[in-house]
Amino acid sequence: MKRNSLVSIITFIALCFIALPASAFKPALITKLATGENEDKIAAIGELVADGDASALPMLTALLDGNVQLAGKQILLMNGEEATDLLTGRKIAPVPAEREDVVLNNRVRRELESAVSALRLLAPERDVRLTAAKVLQANAEESMLPLIRKALAIEKDTEIRGLLTIIEATVQLGSKDRVARLAAVKALAGSTNPATKSLLLGVLEKKGDAFTEPDAEIRAEAQNALKSVESTLAIGERLGHIFSGISLGSILLLAALGLAITYGLMGVINMAHGELIMIGAYATYAVQNQFRAHLSGAFDWYLIAAIPVSFMAAALVGVLMERLVIRFLYGRPLETLLATWGISLLLIQSMRTLFGAQNVQVENPAWMSGGIALMGNLVLPWNRIVIIGFAFAVLAAVWLTLTRTRLGLFVRGVTQNRAMADCVGVPTSRVDTMAFALGSGIAGLAGCALSQIGNVGPDLGQTYIVDSFMVVVLGGVGQLAGTVVAGMGLGIANKFLEAWSGAVLAKIAVLAFIIIFIQKRPQGLFALKGRSVEN
Amino acid sequence: MSSMAMPAVSAPREPVAYRLYGKLGWTGLAVTWGGLVLLALLYYLTAESSALHVPDYVIVLIGKIMCYAMVALALDLIWGYAGILSLGHGLFFALGGYAFGMYLMRQIGHDGVYKSELPDFMVFLDWKEYPWFWAGTDQLWISLLLVVLVPGVLAAIFGFFAFRSRIKGVYFSIITQALTYAAMLLFFRNNTGFGGNNGFTDFKRIAEVGITLPGMKFTLFLLTAAALLGALLLCRWIVTSKLGRVLIAIRDAESRLRFCGYDTVGFKLFVWTVSAVIAGIAGALYVPQVGIINPGEMSPANSIEIAIAVAVGGRGTLIGALVGAGLLHGLKSWVTVAFPEFWLFLLGMLFVLVTLFLPQGIVGLWLRLRKK
Repeated sequence: MKRNSLVSIITFIALCFIALPASAFKPALITKLATGENEDKIAAIGELVADGDASALPMLTALLDGNVQLAGKQILLMNGEEATDLLTGRKIAPVPAEREDVVLNNRVRRELESAVSALRLLAPERDVRLTAAKVLQANAEESMLPLIRKALAIEKDTEIRGLLTIIEATVQLGSKDRVARLAAVKALAGSTNPATKSLLLGVLEKKGDAFTEPDAEIRAEAQNALKSVESTLAIGERLGHIFSGISLGSILLLAALGLAITYGLMGVINMAHGELIMIGAYATYAVQNQFRAHLSGAFDWYLIAAIPVSFMAAALVGVLMERLVIRFLYGRPLETLLATWGISLLLIQSMRTLFGAQNVQVENPAWMSGGIALMGNLVLPWNRIVIIGFAFAVLAAVWLTLTRTRLGLFVRGVTQNRAMADCVGVPTSRVDTMAFALGSGIAGLAGCALSQIGNVGPDLGQTYIVDSFMVVVLGGVGQLAGTVVAGMGLGIANKFLEAWSGAVLAKIAVLAFIIIFIQKRPQGLFALKGRSVEN
Repeated sequence: MSSMAMPAVSAPREPVAYRLYGKLGWTGLAVTWGGLVLLALLYYLTAESSALHVPDYVIVLIGKIMCYAMVALALDLIWGYAGILSLGHGLFFALGGYAFGMYLMRQIGHDGVYKSELPDFMVFLDWKEYPWFWAGTDQLWISLLLVVLVPGVLAAIFGFFAFRSRIKGVYFSIITQALTYAAMLLFFRNNTGFGGNNGFTDFKRIAEVGITLPGMKFTLFLLTAAALLGALLLCRWIVTSKLGRVLIAIRDAESRLRFCGYDTVGFKLFVWTVSAVIAGIAGALYVPQVGIINPGEMSPANSIEIAIAVAVGGRGTLIGALVGAGLLHGLKSWVTVAFPEFWLFLLGMLFVLVTLFLPQGIVGLWLRLRKK
């Protein structure tokens, strides 16, 4: 808002030089606005709004900011040390020493604010118009109706149009004219804004025995409108659930992809997987700080640099883990589980010592903030969209690595028959290390993505470890396709249940479902075909 | 399952001392329990000014450690002998604690902050009466029955489905972890009816006797010591019986045993349920001594700490669980006070070093050294 008023002051100064603003308004109006009683001021504001002339905006904002002052008969517009006479449009120099502020009480101030917002609806910048529309939603008045219609006629943006329609209808619903109210209710039927619903419910409300809306026809119309709005909203809501489900699913997918390699392919239970995710997130944080300190011009692109850094950081930790601990424990899964849990504790405490126990701030680059508004109640945030894309890119990369590279061939060979692979000359122990590093690096990538949507703290990994194991277990070990289906399925199921029963119960229901599912299909959704006895 | 490329659950290859405890072992047990009783008597009978007096906090700490030792024992019974590693034993411990905690909450009576018939958290939620699952918890015997039944029944149901579909090894561990995690989330909700975040605390009395009185602490301490000894003897009886042989066979070669005609589900289910009940009783003894139970007890980290206590002491020895729990929790209560930021490093290193260098734990090491 600060910036907006600055912009308008600058435009005003420009206007001062190009065309004399005083010529646009009747001097009487300005005098009334500046020196009149409160009632006069409000009347003057109303008149200005009714004219719908955007060039009144600079004067009104100046008034609101306390930049309109009186010196005797002169009404001055102050701009720092300079002053302009609003009645004549001439510069006054020297500035009179004795000046008084124009006194505004709260009521006038409120009127002034909504008038400014109303006039801003015609501003060229989308953000300014959007903010203005949002302000007006709470306090629009009938006198602004012509202005709102004028804005609606030229507005192209869907979101703002939706808001304006609502505002128009809200104002009309308050009108004494039956026809206007009826038109308003009819107009509302087409809206996709969630606020419409409460507006229509207000029409149908009963106060004591009598309806607030006396006219039965309008009430019936409102009932119809309510129905159509509700069904539109329901569609938007459902689409929203699907989207946030896919978004959660892509996060689960990212978190579980690394596990699908280390646990699914190598059979290593890595309880420190969540902490590798956390390391990726902290690596992103470190890269962000470096960019801020040394490359602030390219700050928006720090994320691109953070991707390889977080991969390498987590992969490095993974290699150390594999070389120092895990390779001694192959074939002893329960011991591996305990040892890696110990490693996770070490990593958590190290991060606490290095970065503090508090969460650290990781900022979205500018190009990831905001979103696409599809419907009134359906906005797709950019950061979520980017992460969904990223998850599938990583998935593709993992798939290509496993199926098209030499390393992937070796990993699959070692998985299927370690002894035979060894016999034909595959360096199994180096393949183990490489595969573990790959799985860890992917966890790091997950951390990089997570840092963009959630808190980054030492406990970050703990939140994801149970979930990501569930994805792998549900999907079936050794299968990338299973991981994808399980991740997406769990994400969407979770979001739908959440809407229906609350977040905690949804999570419990999903866990209970997995436990029951495993009873039926212990090998997961996608099992490798074949017969064997485990011992 | 075979697709997991997961070899059989590896077990300690050392021959287990089936007789368990020679002369030395029994003497050690007698001395330890004699010492515990002596400690309790010194606490109760001597005056506070006396040089021989045992301070309050020592009794509480040792009482607490005995409870942890009991869960560790329960875990060793199934992990050390049947090869089932549960990462959800904290759940049974907490359920036993909550079952008894309901009775303790009722015993507060009108002495809560709101002076109401209902516990404070229910007043806070604006509940007017006890929910159905609190029925009967004002009776001591019902509540003691629940301590056994709740963990037992849950374990039996869960175990039945898990063992029937032959879930084992790491799969089983991960699913038990998910189970306790889900339960923790459930108990964290205020509306679940167990005090949410804060759980149960601020207890006043048991059977109308004040809970902070030295006599009560003395009694609870001795009860815990007796329960621990009883559990140890029960477990020993199980593992030295024929049933115990079958359990070890399940641990070492379950498929082979099945091909021999044994139905392993029943054996596993029995020992699993016994283990859960022991854990529940430990929880019930823990709550009045420590004075609080909250969902934090169900966190996966807590359950895995039980496993490391067993690993440190030595799996498949029973006595190792007691040694491990004693050492781990003794160390924890000292380090978390003296060097709090150091504890996680220490615990983490313990996990790694014990699994790498001390797979048989302390007792196993000692047995090996004695044999040489």
